[in-house]
Amino acid sequence: MAFRAARTQLYRMPPQTIAEKILSAKCGRLAHAGDVVVCDVDLVLGTDASAPMAIGYFERMGGPGARVHDPSRVAFALDHYTPQSESESTAKFHAQVRAFAREQGVRVFEVGEGISHQIIVERGIVRPGQLIVGADSHTVTCGALNAFATGVGSSDLAAAMLTGQLWLRVPETMRVTLRGDRPAGVAAKDIALAIVAMLGGDGAEYHAIEFVGPAADSFSRDDRLVLSNLMVEAGAKAAIWEVAGGVFADAGARCVRELVVGIDRLTPRVALPHAPKNVVAIADAVGTPVQMVFLGTCTGGRASDLRDARAILERGGGRIADGVTLVVTPVSSDVARQLEADGTLPALARMGAVITAPGCGACCGTSGVIPDDGMTVLSTANRNFKARMGNASAPIYLASPAACAAAALSGAIADPRTVRAGP
Amino acid sequence: MTEIIGRARRLGDDINTDYIISSARKKTTLDEQILKQYLLESLDPAFASSVRAGDVLVAGKNLGCGSAMEVAATVILAAGIRAVLATSFARSFYRNAINNGLLPIECDTTEILEGDGLMITAGPDGTSITNERTGRCEIRPPLGGIAGAILDAGGLVAYLRREGRFVPLGRT
Repeated sequence: MAFRAARTQLYRMPPQTIAEKILSAKCGRLAHAGDVVVCDVDLVLGTDASAPMAIGYFERMGGPGARVHDPSRVAFALDHYTPQSESESTAKFHAQVRAFAREQGVRVFEVGEGISHQIIVERGIVRPGQLIVGADSHTVTCGALNAFATGVGSSDLAAAMLTGQLWLRVPETMRVTLRGDRPAGVAAKDIALAIVAMLGGDGAEYHAIEFVGPAADSFSRDDRLVLSNLMVEAGAKAAIWEVAGGVFADAGARCVRELVVGIDRLTPRVALPHAPKNVVAIADAVGTPVQMVFLGTCTGGRASDLRDARAILERGGGRIADGVTLVVTPVSSDVARQLEADGTLPALARMGAVITAPGCGACCGTSGVIPDDGMTVLSTANRNFKARMGNASAPIYLASPAACAAAALSGAIADPRTVRAGP
Repeated sequence: MTEIIGRARRLGDDINTDYIISSARKKTTLDEQILKQYLLESLDPAFASSVRAGDVLVAGKNLGCGSAMEVAATVILAAGIRAVLATSFARSFYRNAINNGLLPIECDTTEILEGDGLMITAGPDGTSITNERTGRCEIRPPLGGIAGAILDAGGLVAYLRREGRFVPLGRT
């Protein structure tokens, strides 16, 4: 009897969260929150903004002749400097990344192909249950496809390239339950901003977020990508959704916090300068004059985002307000092709929008249109830190693509639900 | 044993890495010796020129949030700052600091004021932070684990050159 009891004890697996399950599989032992583990990494993703420094670390870590552990699990995307700016340095960074990739047999997503974590989603490279590390904090985006995806710096990227592994502390999990039907005119961006505001800028620090709940199934892939992406603005290490055929949390898995978000009563949101957590209902920001509107990035440059924006612009008469520059940057070349084919990009261009090459664009002042002194910007991006777009005297507000379109029509922040067909 | 005697340079909560060094600056060069003249320029354009070797950055919560860009750690080091104190850190900045040998100390910073003299001693038994103005001494436990081993080695390059890989705890 004693023997049987001991056996039962031995084989009773404690329930695990999605993060615990994925990291257990990648480190080869049963791991729980708080454990420090060394994991095999499925995909190591660098960008032109992080790979040049990573190559430097790699060469110093591995010495002369060092080889990438598994080139098929490494990729670089040239997305931050698209196209190369007038400065010679960005062209040099691109040349350095291409040369290293050629030497090591690593894949490069070229200038104009799109943002790193979008490309790997579109091309089916991201699979449920994977561990993905990217030297770009918004790598968490890939949690939408049930991967444990997290951002690291260039040295950790180099270590993962060299050894195929990375050490991680298994994070505690917060469960975010989305409840109720989404009202018309409320975008994933609005819900994501509302959650960031509830959590605060560090409310999910060192934590994994798992999105669950009856409403979760009603979100499109594009919407889930936006929600996962923005959780890093609350500090999340990963932001994972359950998907069919993927890794599910066990019943009774330990969560340190449960957050229930009633989305049925939500209204459009705006993040005020200078932090994504400074979120208000759009009614509290309506009327703020804007001179630049930016539709793009990994939280607002997907096909559904730009279609939403076009619909609002056309409903309101299709005329961009005097004194407003509308900048449109599709998240990837695939998205640009879709929007070319369905007439969205041509329609936006006819309205007078400045359409730029796919990539990060104006988001972080590294390429594209830099706002002028004193310009107020309304953007679909995920960060509005002072000077984020390259000019400290240009305050940045964040909102959904529809709200950005409404502001482009009127020259001031406006509730997209109030845009009516013109005379 | 690391010993740092320096001046506190007081920052607030939620200092993101773009504030430490802007993404737009980073596109022109990765040379920290050049970038260091733009350290924290978005908050205070005169900050960089006022930094003295041995200064210690002292922040509130969530230091290093935002972008995971590693220059945020290396530019601080290039400016002659060897330790950063904060009530809490954003995880990617924390890792980047350790990987480059910049000492990140999580401690209560609420009573530390701009210009306070700080004495920091970090060793195998832990880290002590003494504020010369208040006389208060706080002891923090050693980092431990792989992170501690990386910091002890002087950074991730030195650690991996020695070990060749990440060595799991308890298994060498």
